[in-house]
Amino acid sequence: MRRLLAAAIGCVAIAAAVVASAEPPAGAAACSGCHAASAAVTTPVPPLAGRDRAEIVKAMQEFRSGARAATVMDRIARGFTDQEILAIAAWYAAQR
Amino acid sequence: MKAGRRAFLRSVLAATAAAALSPGPVLAQRAAPRVVVVGGGFAGASCARAFRTADPRIAVTLVEPGATFTACPLSNSVIGGLRELSAQQFAYERIAAGGIALARAAATAVDAQARSVTLADGTRLPYDRLVLAPGIDIRWGALPGYDEAAAGLMPHAWRAGEQTLLLRRQLEAMPDGGLVVIAAPANPFRCPPGPYERASLIAHYLKTRKPRSKLLVLDAKDAFSKQRLFLSAWSELYPGLLEWVPLSKGGGVTSVEPATRTLVTDFGRHQAAVANVIPPQKAGRIAEAAGVADRSGWCPIDPVTFESRLQARIHVIGDAAIAGAMPKSAFAANAQAKTCAAAVARLLTGATPSPPKLINTCYSLVAPDYGISVAGVYQPANGQLAEVPGSGGVSPTEAPRATRALEAALAEGWFRTITAEVFG
Repeated sequence: MRRLLAAAIGCVAIAAAVVASAEPPAGAAACSGCHAASAAVTTPVPPLAGRDRAEIVKAMQEFRSGARAATVMDRIARGFTDQEILAIAAWYAAQR
Repeated sequence: MKAGRRAFLRSVLAATAAAALSPGPVLAQRAAPRVVVVGGGFAGASCARAFRTADPRIAVTLVEPGATFTACPLSNSVIGGLRELSAQQFAYERIAAGGIALARAAATAVDAQARSVTLADGTRLPYDRLVLAPGIDIRWGALPGYDEAAAGLMPHAWRAGEQTLLLRRQLEAMPDGGLVVIAAPANPFRCPPGPYERASLIAHYLKTRKPRSKLLVLDAKDAFSKQRLFLSAWSELYPGLLEWVPLSKGGGVTSVEPATRTLVTDFGRHQAAVANVIPPQKAGRIAEAAGVADRSGWCPIDPVTFESRLQARIHVIGDAAIAGAMPKSAFAANAQAKTCAAAVARLLTGATPSPPKLINTCYSLVAPDYGISVAGVYQPANGQLAEVPGSGGVSPTEAPRATRALEAALAEGWFRTITAEVFG
């Protein structure tokens, strides 16, 4: 019975993790206003889907600190906490 | 009947089992929940599509009478002769192909108690949740003399389409040396930097085609979006051609006389060769019919779910909504649409939506190769959408022309990106 319960809890935890990764974290949905989801779009803005998580985190932190040159991303990055940046980066890294 | 019921139960059980493993919230309801989205602009079309992503089991109907959508962003370039209107137009075929039911009729009434929308052809669409994205309507008569007939003589061109082309034709027909007047409204209105981008691109047209002409901007306010950037670019690019008259210097237009294209202020009368009156606005009329507009004419909403403060189960997004610090822009409408769809999908399962974070980015062209921007990040605070402290702002006041050229290219890239996401 206890084993069954543990298995059930495990299932719920896995389901929750899947749901968490499927639904974009706070702020992520708005990025595609400029960062095209489709590779067919001609734009100077790089795509985010499938990019390395650490690379996105580093870029956001450098935009936020001013270490990396930007047009609008410095102003946008300053609106996000480390935790939010991590969640957004993880979500985009998992997208195709 | 019994067999049908068993089959139905089986499919629900299968769907529930699949839902437990697949992405997206579990639907706790007996049948597929019904969402109706009214308005096929950036807000409504984005939202309809976002529901398909948030939870494909939701039955979505998009109500839009028009066969094509004509986008406002970049339409000032059409007025300035730099772009064709066809580049602004998008069809709904791809949206329909994505599993969204299209109802090609105007919504005329909403019964919030019975939860149904009535269309112009008499059809009633029942809903579990309704999303209104009606954009703006002109407040005809709010500026004395400016009614629907006046718009044929002094175009507003604030809803893109025939009005955009009318203003362009008037500029093309005007002899060199004519006076062009733009009347800019008081806040709030669609696209806060729009009148000033328009002034810039009309000035560019005059400078290159009709250099003896003059452009006067009569403003009902003393401050506007990206003001320092616009003023500094104007003095660099259009000296002596473009003059901005703020409210405190007599810029407030008190009435218009369409027959003679005259704009009257407390300080005098301006007879224009071409007059562009950007009139006072309000939420699109279905908002009022649904009882979601307050006395301001706009729609108060909850900043987490975009649910109306006045009617349960009706959500309002885009230009019609009172979205706190968020401007009435296409970018904001698209961001709100995705947030609203995710929140509504959760509400339909009995779950609690998590607090969102939204972004806005707006580019304006001061010349074809000279772009400036404003950006902001927003989150719910004290019942409103407030700017995240320390975030956002406008392009730097001092910047090389290469930066301005890059922002002009980014403006076009943004337009291609967002229209591909919404209509492509």
